[in-house]
Amino acid sequence: MMADDNTEQTKTAGQMPAMKPVVDVAAETAKMETDKMWVIMGPQHPFSHGLWTLKIKVDGEIVTDAEPIVGYLHRGWEKEAENRPYPKIIPMADRLCYAASMTYTHLYCMTVEKALGIDPPDKAKYIMIIADEINRLQSHLMWLAAVGTDLGNFTVFLWAMREREYWMDMNVRLCGARMTTNYPRIGGVRNDTPELFDRDIIRCTEHFEKAVWDIIGLIDDSSIYVSRMKNTGILTPEQCANLGITGPALRGTGVDFDLRRDDPYSNYDQIDFDVPVLKQGDSYARYMVRVEEMLQSCKIIKQAMAKVRALGKNAPYRLKVPSNVPAGRHFAKLEDPRGESMMYLISDGTDKPYRLKVRSPIFVNVSASRELCMGCRIADVPAIMAMIDMCLGETDR
Amino acid sequence: MVYSSILDWVNFPDIMANPYYPFETYNLPYDISQKLWEIIGGTIAWLINLLFPGNPVSEWLVCDMTVNFFALIIFMIVVFLVVFIGILISLWEERKVLGRTMDRRGTMVGMKGFLQCVADGFKTFMKEDTQPRKVDRMTYMWTVSLVIGTSMLIACMIPLSDRWYVVNYNTGLLLIMGLFALAPFFILVSGWSQNNKYSLIGGMRAAEMMISYEIPMLILIATACLMAGTFNIGGIVQAQYDTMPYFIPQCIGFVTFFVCANAEAERTPFDLAEAESELVEGWQTEYAGMKWGLIMLADYMRGYVSCAMITILYLGGWNLPFIGDLNNYVPELVFLLKTWLVFFAMIIVRAALPRVRTDQILNLGWKVFMPLSIINLVIVLLLKMGGVF
Repeated sequence: MMADDNTEQTKTAGQMPAMKPVVDVAAETAKMETDKMWVIMGPQHPFSHGLWTLKIKVDGEIVTDAEPIVGYLHRGWEKEAENRPYPKIIPMADRLCYAASMTYTHLYCMTVEKALGIDPPDKAKYIMIIADEINRLQSHLMWLAAVGTDLGNFTVFLWAMREREYWMDMNVRLCGARMTTNYPRIGGVRNDTPELFDRDIIRCTEHFEKAVWDIIGLIDDSSIYVSRMKNTGILTPEQCANLGITGPALRGTGVDFDLRRDDPYSNYDQIDFDVPVLKQGDSYARYMVRVEEMLQSCKIIKQAMAKVRALGKNAPYRLKVPSNVPAGRHFAKLEDPRGESMMYLISDGTDKPYRLKVRSPIFVNVSASRELCMGCRIADVPAIMAMIDMCLGETDR
Repeated sequence: MVYSSILDWVNFPDIMANPYYPFETYNLPYDISQKLWEIIGGTIAWLINLLFPGNPVSEWLVCDMTVNFFALIIFMIVVFLVVFIGILISLWEERKVLGRTMDRRGTMVGMKGFLQCVADGFKTFMKEDTQPRKVDRMTYMWTVSLVIGTSMLIACMIPLSDRWYVVNYNTGLLLIMGLFALAPFFILVSGWSQNNKYSLIGGMRAAEMMISYEIPMLILIATACLMAGTFNIGGIVQAQYDTMPYFIPQCIGFVTFFVCANAEAERTPFDLAEAESELVEGWQTEYAGMKWGLIMLADYMRGYVSCAMITILYLGGWNLPFIGDLNNYVPELVFLLKTWLVFFAMIIVRAALPRVRTDQILNLGWKVFMPLSIINLVIVLLLKMGGVF
């Protein structure tokens, strides 16, 4: 622009032998335009937790364009689901997300329950709330660990992983497995809470509510950590609406929306909890929202456990359900640790789904990487992308 | 001279009496080297003389010039080995302390984990040395050799005491700083030569970083020299022994220098040139096998030299206060212990902090370190003018 204006001026004044103008700095700078280059981060890159690629176009250190590439892990999950009876899709749904497997299984069971028109018993609903929140804590702690390494500090990684182990143990106590649990069932859960589970989970919650401040203190009290996260990767509520961003990233921009409270499923409406919302919309806001969510999860677990205890030992936790689902179209959604995950089921009256579509929050959120990374520095790219909390199992399906 | 028994062969005159003695004052490692050659060379000469009495080779082996020559070769090995073991200990210290900070055990292979360094050395030695096809071979090889070479050179040139030194120039400190500041240039060229975008960005960052911390650091060194009135390392240490360790009057400078030394050694939080989360391994990406192992070793050598510089400039070098003549016994060990103590602080910093960004380190260098170092200089000038030092 500046260069054009300059030539315009010299043309009009070109008739008379004017004095040679002093050097126009802007024009000179425009002439010295540096080459931009594409840097391909991934699929085997330390910052991509999983198998995906982020192409960034850099001008020196400044990112001028970004393009995510996903799909390396595509397993044909949806197609495979069409060839299996309904109960046999439950273990498959566990494999959608390794960090929070129970939420996807829960979502799948909820979809089929809707299709069948049944309502699982209260006890099962409360147990699933506990299971969901344990998985939310596991997922958020894994994210916190990844934030540490992405910013170049390994202590946070190991401390967060250490705390995650306690929640893993709770998973083992509840259903015998650490990651892929195969626990929820259509019409309830596989087994009742084991003996002394209530004691263990309250202990674990109380321990965590103290221990998490070690990690948060390490991050929040360090000006380098905060300065690396503040004012980077800023999103506005309008951008979130246009791109379909959900979850902590949305709540970090000041939009007060959480499916657990605003469109309650299971028995979340019986439970009292706060939805953390921050207005800044930068990486630090997303970080704060997730940290606060972890503490709220502890609150939810305590309340849900009290409800389970109040229902007594002999309360039913599973219904008998038919194997054939009546023909129709059904839809369910759930607040995943990473955003809103949804499932859309078309059944044709047999014991296998005609079509099962998964809407993964990460697949949508990662499409914002161009908006997030524009104008930041290369060093910020891992920090910003860590706040999206990539999980490739559900993204590529 | 008449040689009758073995004792005559292995009993050399005093080292200072040797006309080819290369130092001006007493030098302990040279003394050790000459003693070693007395035993080895003297025994060889005596054995040859037993077989062929009166031959000239035996006498040549124990003449002044030959003794000096072999003693210097052993001297190099002795000095290098001591520094090398000191660096391996700091490497082990880092792994152990970092492990404990992160709630794990650290290395566990033999001797409380110390032998892990040896195992790693063997491992990198056995690795295949791959080299990308399109690198600029000559620069690719030479730059890395120079990074490793200069690091090794300065690590050996740091004196451990006034009797354990390699050179004793009056401008010794300047020489060390000059060599220390060379490595970023080689890193820049090396990053360029590798034909890899990550290496290129890493090399650029090394250059970007250097202009931000090098100037405050040189001002701080000049301040310490001004306070002591000499560029000689021994002189600076002696001046601190006569008055007080400089970290008391120059507390601002001490903290600033500590941060700058972290940057000079390219340790977290200033390891931008090899930022593994965004640049894979930065400028080291394309180096494999033993080349990479030596680069890692050079990193620790630079860390050791940074700590040694802090020890010399601010912590009173190889002397301890209040113990008087006891300082004459093992000043080398005192120096190494102080160095490891400073390194411990660096490890804690590494455990606690994430990496800073390029624009942040430039801001730090020019807007924080630069004014602080000048304030420190002004304080020292006022103290000097007031006649306190």
